[in-house]
Order: sequence, then C-alpha cells, then structure tokens
Amino acid sequence: MRPKTLKLVVTFHTTAAAMAMEAFCKAQNLPGRLIPTPRELTADCGMAWCAPVDAGETLRALADAHHLEYALWQELLV
Amino acid sequence: MIYLDNAATTRQKPQPVIDAVVSAMTTLGNSARGTHEGSLSASRMIYGTREKLATFFNCPRPDHVVFTANSTEALNMAICGLLDPGDHVISTDLEHNSVLRPLYRLEAERSVSLSFVPADRQGRIDYGEFGRLIRPETRAIICTHASNLTGNAVDIGRVGAIAHDHGLIFLVDASQTAGVLPIDMEAQQIDLLCFTGHKSLMGPQGTGGLCLGENVALRPWKVGGTGVQTYNPAQPEQLPTRLEAGTLNGHGIAGLSAALDYIRAVGMETIREKEETLMRRFYEGVSAIPGVTVYGDFTAPRTAVVALNIRDYDSGEVSDALAQDYGIATRPGAHCAPRMHRALGTERQGAVRFSFGWFNTEAEIDVAIRAVKELAE
Repeated sequence: MRPKTLKLVVTFHTTAAAMAMEAFCKAQNLPGRLIPTPRELTADCGMAWCAPVDAGETLRALADAHHLEYALWQELLV
Repeated sequence: MIYLDNAATTRQKPQPVIDAVVSAMTTLGNSARGTHEGSLSASRMIYGTREKLATFFNCPRPDHVVFTANSTEALNMAICGLLDPGDHVISTDLEHNSVLRPLYRLEAERSVSLSFVPADRQGRIDYGEFGRLIRPETRAIICTHASNLTGNAVDIGRVGAIAHDHGLIFLVDASQTAGVLPIDMEAQQIDLLCFTGHKSLMGPQGTGGLCLGENVALRPWKVGGTGVQTYNPAQPEQLPTRLEAGTLNGHGIAGLSAALDYIRAVGMETIREKEETLMRRFYEGVSAIPGVTVYGDFTAPRTAVVALNIRDYDSGEVSDALAQDYGIATRPGAHCAPRMHRALGTERQGAVRFSFGWFNTEAEIDVAIRAVKELAE
C-alpha cells in the first residue's frame, strides 16, 4: 500500500456539503481532493476532503467565513 | 404533428438537453457512491444543478433543493411531511389532483381540515377570501401558481404576504409556471416550492424538485440508502439527504441542468413573450367563432393556455377530431382538476386545452384556428 502521510481530513454530513467544499476550494484555487472517508473517522459522508496540513489554517478561515458545513476537521495519517 | 399540449409536457426539448442526457448515460456513475471519477462526476453535476436551481428560484441555499421524480412526488413529500393531526389548510379551487389528493388523504387519515378559496365562472379567485378562511389552527396555505386548465395565474406574492402576516407556511405548486413565470422564494415569501422539470423548464420527464425555505422542516416520507451515515439507523437529519433516499435520476438531472442553461441563454422573458404572443393569437382567432366557448380570464397574468369547448360537443371527440383530421395534439377531459371544472360548469363536457410552447410557430397556431373554425361550422 502507499505510505501514509499526515494530512488534513474534513468530513461532512452530506454529499452536497462535500461537493460545496470541493467547488469552493477549486474556485479559490486551494489544494486538496475528495477521498473515501478514512475508517479512523466517523463515517458520516462517504467522502472527505483531504488537503495538505499547511493549508489548514487558510482553509479553516475561509470555510468558517463562507459557512461551509463540515462534521469533523482533523489531521490524520492517510 | 402540431403539438399543442405543452402544459402536459414540452414534447420537443432543446438539443443541448438531449445531448446532456446522452452524455450522462455514457459517462456518469452513481452520485455519492465513492470517490472514483464516475461517481464524483455525477455528484458534481447534481450539486451544480442544485446551485443553478437555487439561483433560478432564489432558494436560500443549494442544499435546500431536493430532487424528486416530478411535482406530484414533491407535493406529496411536502404536504405529508408538514401537516399534523388537527391542522387546518387553506387551498383553492384551481388545484390539480397532485395537491388535492394528498390533502383529501390527510383529511381522511390524519384529521386535517381543509378550506378552499372558491373560483368564479372565469376561474378567478377573491384574494380576500384567504384571510377570511384563516382559523387559529390554520397551518398552511397551499396553492398553485397557475391553473393547469384555464391558465389563470395566481398572484403568489400577494398570497405569500397573507400567509406570512398570519404566521402560516406557504406552499406553492409551480408545475405550470417554473421556467416561464418569475418565481422568487424570498420576495414572494414561499416556504415550500414544488416544481417539475419536464414542462416549461424543458428538461426530461422524471425530474422535479422541492425547494425549502430557511425555517421549514419536513418529515421524510421515504427513507433508505443515501451513500452517507450508513450506521445511522434513521434517515440523516441534514438536507438535502433527509429527503432524498435511493439513487437520484442523474441522467435526467443532467438534462435539467442543460435546460436551465438553455433558458438562461435565451432568456425566460423572451420565452414567456413568445408563448404569450402565440396564446393571444390563438385566443383572438377562436374566441369570436360562433359556438366556441373559451374559459379563463384573459385580462390578467396567465400562462400560454386556452381551454375551450365547441357547442355541446364532447371535448374528447373534439380533441380526437383535431388529432385524427388535422394532426393537432390537445388535451381533452377533466385535466386532473375536478374543482376547477366544477367552478367553470364543465364537469360533464370537460374542455379542450390548447397549450403553447417555445417551439410552436404562428403558422401552427393559424392551422389550429382554422381547425376549430371548421369543427364549429
């Protein structure tokens, strides 16, 4: 399997919320992609947003400012 | 065929709609079923369509746009998910059975009580009647945006103001108007908007939806697979998932998305003006023919519908003659609008409904006028 690296992982309650996050990040040119929700996390939505850890602060500030809804927001080896 | 049954469905679709459906059927996976490209493509397209619809209807949030198979499903979901035993509802004589039957069912099964704003012989309503029918237990006003039989439009902004002045939920059936008359959920104070994708929106059959305002909650009427919260034994609380169980009609929604793009490019006002011109041309051509009775109010805002009868002829026979002898498609009978027909006095005869669409031409209208004239001789 691929070696694990520390990443920021954001989970959602709905697919619509995950799509909103992806659309927002693409529009803002923020790094990351959708991945299957890691089993270590509570699997609300089947997909999660995975981004470099160093993008976390920027992403968090923008997500809060634009009321993007998420379930969990944490760093994880994936 | 001269197709004048656009109030039933717009038979001819814009080519980009057809192309989008074909493309979707050859590329899309199932939305919300993984993060491979096939599933993500479907999820992105569906979310993008929610965004377009939210903008189109000024719905407060994209995730408050819930997809359904049609207006009837959306209306059942809204009406059955909203009303509790003992609630009172005000509706109108203009309604389609897709509103009436869920209400009658709840009247029988949940002791919901109903009042109807009556229509006169031209299918008009007295807006003051809404206020007079309100009781302490009144929960909602549920009304169509336009009669599917007469084409008379309802001033939903005015009704929305009445509803909100009295703290009532306002539910609008936009089956006959979404795509051709302006709808603004915020300005018109609409809490629940039910629409179909295959009529004036010119999308595929099997598409429709329910848009929810900020402060209204519905019980889900169907539950099941959502692709999320698998170990939650209950349907998720969050919209739109709360009201969407099972695989969405991704192929149809792709067509609806293309239809919204088409309407935006052409301009809804341009479409409305053309349909209005065709409808007026037909109305002027047939209304003075001896033996022809036209129903509805042509002095107020309306959709592109003209319902008529010729002498005392059975509307089914007239419609069949139009189809067989002239190649003109119309809709006879009762149009799933029993209260409206009773108000017009056409319960036994029915009526022949001509409904015009974006792809009709003036030449087609003139053929239809001549046909009505000949049948009335």
